[in-house]
Amino acid sequence: MDIAFLLNGESVTLRDVDPTRTTLDWLRDTRGLTGTKEGCNEGDCGACTIMVADAHGAKAVNACILFLGQLNGKSLTTVEGLAQGDQLHPIQEAMVERHGSQCGFCTPGITMSLTAAHLNGDQNHDDVLAGNLCRCTGYAPIIRAADDATHEAVPKGFDPCAGTMPDTADEKDPTRPETLDELAHALMTSPHSTLIAGATDVGLWATKALRDLNPVIFLNGVKDLKDIHIRDDKIRIGAGVTLENLRGAIAPHYPHFAEMLRRFASIQVRNVATVGGNIANGSPIGDTPPALIALGATLHLRRGSETRAIPLEDFFIDYGKQDRRPGEFVEAISFDRQPDRLRVYKLSKRFDQDISAVLGAFNIAVNDGTVEDARIAFGGMAGIPKRASHVEAALIGKSWSEATIRAVLPMFEKDFTPMSDMRASASYRMETARNLLLRYWHEDQGLTASVLEVQP
Amino acid sequence: MSLGHPLPHDSGRLHVTGEARYVDDIPTPANCLHLAFGLSDVARGVITHADLSKVRQSPGVVDVLTAIDLPHANDVSPSVHDEPMLAQGEVFYHGQPIFLVVATSHLAARKAARKAKITIDPRPAILTIDEAMEADSRFEGGPVIWARGDAADAIQSAPHTLTGSFEMGGQEHFYLEGQAALAIPQEAGDMLVHSSTQHPTEIQHKVAEALGVPMHGIRVETRRMGGGFGGKESQGNALAVACAVAARRTGRPCKMRYDRDDDMVITGKRHDFRISYRAGVDGDGRLLGLEVTQLARCGWSQDLSLPVADRAMLHADNAYHLPAVRIESHRLKTNTASATAFRGFGGPQGVLGIERILDHVAAARGLDPVQVRRVNFYRDGQTTHYGQTIEGFHVPAMTDALLDRADYAARRAKVDAFNADHPILKKGLAYSPVKFGISFTLTHLNQAGALVHVYADGSIRMNHGGTEMGQGLFQKVAQVAARCFGVPVEAVRITATDTAKVPNTSATAASSGSDLNGMAVQAACLTIRERIAEHIAELWGCAAGDITFEENKLCGPEGQTLGFAKAAASAYEARVSLSATGFYKTPDINWDRMKGQGRPFLYFAHGVALTEVVIDALTGENRILRTDILHDAGSSLNPALDIGQVEGGYVQGAGWLTTEELVWDGKGQLRTHAPSTYKIPACSDRPRIFNVDLWDQPNQEDTIFRSKAVGEPPLMLGISAWLALADAVSACGDGYHALNAPATAEEILNAIERVRAG
Repeated sequence: MDIAFLLNGESVTLRDVDPTRTTLDWLRDTRGLTGTKEGCNEGDCGACTIMVADAHGAKAVNACILFLGQLNGKSLTTVEGLAQGDQLHPIQEAMVERHGSQCGFCTPGITMSLTAAHLNGDQNHDDVLAGNLCRCTGYAPIIRAADDATHEAVPKGFDPCAGTMPDTADEKDPTRPETLDELAHALMTSPHSTLIAGATDVGLWATKALRDLNPVIFLNGVKDLKDIHIRDDKIRIGAGVTLENLRGAIAPHYPHFAEMLRRFASIQVRNVATVGGNIANGSPIGDTPPALIALGATLHLRRGSETRAIPLEDFFIDYGKQDRRPGEFVEAISFDRQPDRLRVYKLSKRFDQDISAVLGAFNIAVNDGTVEDARIAFGGMAGIPKRASHVEAALIGKSWSEATIRAVLPMFEKDFTPMSDMRASASYRMETARNLLLRYWHEDQGLTASVLEVQP
Repeated sequence: MSLGHPLPHDSGRLHVTGEARYVDDIPTPANCLHLAFGLSDVARGVITHADLSKVRQSPGVVDVLTAIDLPHANDVSPSVHDEPMLAQGEVFYHGQPIFLVVATSHLAARKAARKAKITIDPRPAILTIDEAMEADSRFEGGPVIWARGDAADAIQSAPHTLTGSFEMGGQEHFYLEGQAALAIPQEAGDMLVHSSTQHPTEIQHKVAEALGVPMHGIRVETRRMGGGFGGKESQGNALAVACAVAARRTGRPCKMRYDRDDDMVITGKRHDFRISYRAGVDGDGRLLGLEVTQLARCGWSQDLSLPVADRAMLHADNAYHLPAVRIESHRLKTNTASATAFRGFGGPQGVLGIERILDHVAAARGLDPVQVRRVNFYRDGQTTHYGQTIEGFHVPAMTDALLDRADYAARRAKVDAFNADHPILKKGLAYSPVKFGISFTLTHLNQAGALVHVYADGSIRMNHGGTEMGQGLFQKVAQVAARCFGVPVEAVRITATDTAKVPNTSATAASSGSDLNGMAVQAACLTIRERIAEHIAELWGCAAGDITFEENKLCGPEGQTLGFAKAAASAYEARVSLSATGFYKTPDINWDRMKGQGRPFLYFAHGVALTEVVIDALTGENRILRTDILHDAGSSLNPALDIGQVEGGYVQGAGWLTTEELVWDGKGQLRTHAPSTYKIPACSDRPRIFNVDLWDQPNQEDTIFRSKAVGEPPLMLGISAWLALADAVSACGDGYHALNAPATAEEILNAIERVRAG
């Protein structure tokens, strides 16, 4: 594949390279830019954070699971590209002055995350840094640095898109479709291709499982996949919408869904990971499917020119098995607008940037003190994202009371037989699944039931 | 001029620009080769067949080595030669290196390493503490027992007794920079090794043994590590030896860095412990007699487990006088990665034990936990259970100051009111102190050397045996050197640790870096300063002792002044040597580890912490809301760097006791071998409010400018977070929480069930 992009303002054109080589390897081993570090090689520690910019803005991304094939037409900024001559960027200056570095190994990544946030005016430092692990400082001095730098303007001349983008308008490359039709055609032609959108999951197939991913089709150029339609009666989200864009779009309508997404991985991951990927990979611990199932979402699939729509929950057949035929791809997800009764509870060993042990999504409609409808779905409780059908059935038609809740709790055993693993035991999963329904009830009564809301 | 000032880390600017070089960043010649280990997938067994043909045929592979290919010593143990780098016919843990791949790229080596077909006949593996006790699988013949007085008798005659037992997990270091080494062959068979290590001399020693050459043939250089925390005291040996052996065989530079998953599977961690106890107390909760049993899971080889377990025993008292005590320590040999040094080196486990015991005493007797601690505090002049006299014990005064400035009494009442009001969320508030002994318990390690040059232009180049892993040692020692010469710290150039400059160094460990190397550098600087002073005194016709070095110049008794650079040039022209070594050995320490008696520590460092948390009784989820700390760093050499150690140590300690859970499966395979499954604290896990102050009192011992070591002690302040979680759990019912560590959300929920059961 031929790939053209900007690196710290300089034009780069790569000819005939393996598109599944990681950006981090290329930066360090080929380009000799060793400021960007490898800490974990799986997108969890953030030491490799760089800034990737295009017409839609500048974003922090993990270079260790970012393939060269995703870079075409983008502008990359690495830690070496922040200072202008001897003049440090205000984030760099503050990090030094406030003692934000000790061993210094996480520092380039932290600096890049804070710089991207500074550029975008994002001052939620905890969220900005959820994907940057530091083992030395305890984070306190880094936050002091970030706070200091919020008072400083973006330096004149600091423009991550500056430079002359090399011409990328060569002949069409079928592995890099730009429209749905091109994608449909490419996938019919090569139905066993690995589809790569954000590569936050597929990236690990390369860096950890050491698999050869070829042939591949990169999805990030398919503009139609990135549409979000919010209509009066329906919301439709393209499969290529990033989780960060979904978070922004959904927040006014389903704020608890957005709050869960705030804790979904890290901003580096959410900036590139897509809704379609989180569904299509079929993981039993993907966080968007339970929420979407609770909203009654429909999945839109396409194969060649043929499209079909199925209830999202039907897509997940069994562990590792989805209802997707060769040559078929996820096009979009949609659901009816409805009053916001959705609450999404994510339980994980660590609050931020952790894979859920249990994720419970509750959408319970109550009318006149009676449960009119209930859609409850869980991740982490079975081999697939799964509805709590027995619990739902036991609730519907009953009075909305703590007595009802307590009466239906035994139904969870009919719906789920969770397993034990390194994240949680089966009994913890079962007990908390039940308790989350109690939490929903308490919150519905106006009680504070989240430790995140408690002040010192 | 600079001493005592909060100067930034010397590499701060290099860190934020990406210029700071770590081992994997060093430019290598184009013919550099890359290494990876092939690992055992069985916890214990006999290798019956090893087919490595697919490995050899894998693209890019240049060489594949097994144990029989090693020309000399096959041993990377830091202690008793029980740790072959490559397995010799038998494997003893899941993840043990069996063969070594040498290839043209890191990726090619990793891919090839997975292509081996190795048949291992499994043998029964000893994985847990219970299995090891059952099989009597241990290091040393039996348990180590130290006693003072007759504990059993004291417990028997005490008004109240209680017993308990709890588990505390280990801890993965998770240094952000994984283990790494680079070996570059030199002429005449010499080898230059760049290693990410806390112990360059140990690397030199092990590489020399592996190559069959004297130590003078090996030069080890360490500019900096991306974090160490004890995990690079001995665990870098295997990579450095592998690189050197492969470089010798191929004649080419060889580099090895572990992929993160390999790093977490292969290398050792903090020892997990089970501690059980029997205590006799009076009506105030005063400990009259105490029996403690410490069971430590050491893994398959000895590594540093004996001194770690010793230090756990040495810290079984923490800040409290134990009039009659018996401590029994079992060092258990298991088929798991060999547990190793980790910040605190056994101390945290010992301290957590006694803090748990006092928490239990307070709960059982219905006493205020702070008051129970107060009645048990040491007083100056008392002796520890190992016979060291307590002097300069600041904990009681620090406790008063902390509880006052953190508004303890009022907040205790507010926490109780919150808990009475809220059915689901419960707050907890807890205090804990730390007293930590400073010095290596292996007495001969308490020495350090330095080499200082003053150039004719007045610039200074400084070298010492300590290594920089982020703690700011280099900057602190540079501040010492700058102070000695009266020059700005910018005049002092900090250089990489290098075994060719300072020989026979000790590991940068045991919090000793500034204490030892600061003194050695000071000695070297004073030697040169005296020579310069004598020379100038001759010119000025005054006594050398009357010349001062301040503000970048020398001043004579009659108002003479001369810039430092000019003085250096003048000394050079007068043929005065401007280079000197310095040496320091810690005075007044002695230790008999078999008897458990002596003065192992030059002094103690102290700290106190108060932590407030909130938990969710439906899920066990929790947050640290506020932490207040007072920490004793003596007369701080650099308060900013010291506070950095305190903040970072607290969060690391809290992580150990909350989210950092190591999980092995029934086959001895570590299931938490990447940051996706092993959860160190993230940014939002730090306390919402985090007040850290230093207790500014000079060390009573004659340490470098009366400062105190600060690397390890603050880690134990994180225990207050664990105790606060236990306090919150206790608000859910009347029973005892019996909380284990780490207090994950799941463990908290389990503990809530225990208190509700009564």
